[in-house]
Amino acid sequence: MGRVRHLLSLHAQNLLGAMGRIARQPVNSLMTIVVIAIALALPAGFRILLNNVQILSGSWEGVIDFTVYLAVDVEIERAQELMSEIEARPQVADVILVSREAALEEFRSYSGFGEALDALEENPLPHALVVRPVNDLEIDMLATELESLAGVDFVQLDTAWVERLGAILSLVRRVIDMATALLSFAVVLVIGNTIRLEINTRREEILVIKLVGGSDAFIRRPFLYTGFLFGLAGGIVAVITVAVGLRLMASPARTLAELYGSTFAIAGLTLPQTLLLLGGSAILGWAGAGIAAGRHLRAIEPS
Amino acid sequence: MIRFENVYKRYPNGRDALASVSFRLERGEMAFLTGPSGAGKSTLLKLIALIERPSRGTVLIGNRNTSKVSRRRIPEFRRRLGIVFQDHKLLSDRTVFDNIALPLVIGALRRREIGRRVRAALDQVGLLGFEKHFPEALSSGEQQRVGIARAIASRPELVIADEPTGNLDPGLSREIFGLFERFNEVGVTVLVATHDLGVIAERDYRHIRLAGGKLAAADSS
Ligand SMILES: Nc1ncnc2c1ncn2[C@@H]1O[C@H](COP(=O)(O)OP(=O)(O)OP(=O)(O)O)[C@@H](O)[C@H]1O
Ligand SMILES: [Mg+2]
Repeated sequence: MGRVRHLLSLHAQNLLGAMGRIARQPVNSLMTIVVIAIALALPAGFRILLNNVQILSGSWEGVIDFTVYLAVDVEIERAQELMSEIEARPQVADVILVSREAALEEFRSYSGFGEALDALEENPLPHALVVRPVNDLEIDMLATELESLAGVDFVQLDTAWVERLGAILSLVRRVIDMATALLSFAVVLVIGNTIRLEINTRREEILVIKLVGGSDAFIRRPFLYTGFLFGLAGGIVAVITVAVGLRLMASPARTLAELYGSTFAIAGLTLPQTLLLLGGSAILGWAGAGIAAGRHLRAIEPS
Repeated sequence: MIRFENVYKRYPNGRDALASVSFRLERGEMAFLTGPSGAGKSTLLKLIALIERPSRGTVLIGNRNTSKVSRRRIPEFRRRLGIVFQDHKLLSDRTVFDNIALPLVIGALRRREIGRRVRAALDQVGLLGFEKHFPEALSSGEQQRVGIARAIASRPELVIADEPTGNLDPGLSREIFGLFERFNEVGVTVLVATHDLGVIAERDYRHIRLAGGKLAAADSS
């Protein structure tokens, strides 16, 4: 009990001491913290954006519609027949008939080729059926079945771009992973360098402590606390930076989502992610200080 | 308490600082280490404090062979030793209290015990009431007394001092030597290297004389 309290009070003293030393050099400390924060906020921010894109693409992936293009010579009556036939299938949730007239009208208004289209004597477009499956299981099989129906020209399954997007996203994820590793290493180096400078300026003090019997662990401890605090402070600033950045993106993102008729909203840092970022940065700080202290304290010996 | 057996010290640059030095200092004894500049006084004290290691021979401190003390064990070894330096080696950004408390903090003593011991040490060197001062606000003699208080705060059995009165006038030197005598009276073993032959001539203590790294024949008592 007394021992625990003694240890706690030692930790509190060390923590206060480290805060004091950081505060004594406000400009340098602030610069170190900002550099750490940037190095942490970049990968964290990009990871969040990536997660959002994935959520978005995931929500599309669930509802892959496919378009069944009928042969050009198929009349509207046959198209309606096909529509009821397809709608009756258990794997199909919904079917919409897009008549060739409607398709042309839509094309005219969106493509900007209105006048060019007017020059055509005949509507070149076929009737089409937009089929929404119940789920995305066995959609390939469904597509093949639909393609074999009489009057169907071809079925366009819109998975290709989803797969491509998925492949791009995993590539991006890999790049972010590497950037995270490199920038974490940079954080260790930045804190290590700060601690090295600190050790140099406190050289005399370290010598005296060694002369009166301070162990390596005793001498190292305040530097570890300093590194820990630098890491934690950098992490806190990084969390704030990411939160503000996402906040700034929220409104344009909502506008964009509304244009697509979606209710998508940017997801921010979750609590576990925040804790992971703070814990990770504190550990990086501790590690950077430990490495620097191990390398440089040994060289300081009284003579 | 201290035993040197045929000790040699050659520095890496080839300089022989000590050659064939053998002597004993018994528990509770007090002695002065004298000799001209470059005689090897500081070197001898550094061997005791494990700042340097002998090239040959054995140094025993309290029956402990210093060659057997590993690098990792040096701090623990030094904690049982009080060392006084000519230049005080006080930390200028810490108060007198914190300077004296340093070895006790290292020794992980309780806060209340540290306070008691620091005040006791300050009392012994006659500086009670100076706890909150910073070293720079003190005279050279007062700073040296703070250094001595730090050396004795952890109640070591052995105190060594390298020219503790190097920068002080004879009056202050006498005061400092008087402090060491008082520690010795309560059983502390004391070894003081000094140039202050005049002041120690007034005293009836053992001299260990060094010259050119060798013990001079007459080791008077
Ligand atoms: N670190 C060192 N490297 C090389 N030679 C050294 C070193 N320290 C001391 N010496 C040499 O060893 C010899 C003894 O030095 P030491 O400092 O022990 O003498 P001293 O008796 O304390 O002298 P002083 O009274 O001037 O302090 C001297 O010749 C000195 O030049
Ligand atoms: Mg000397």
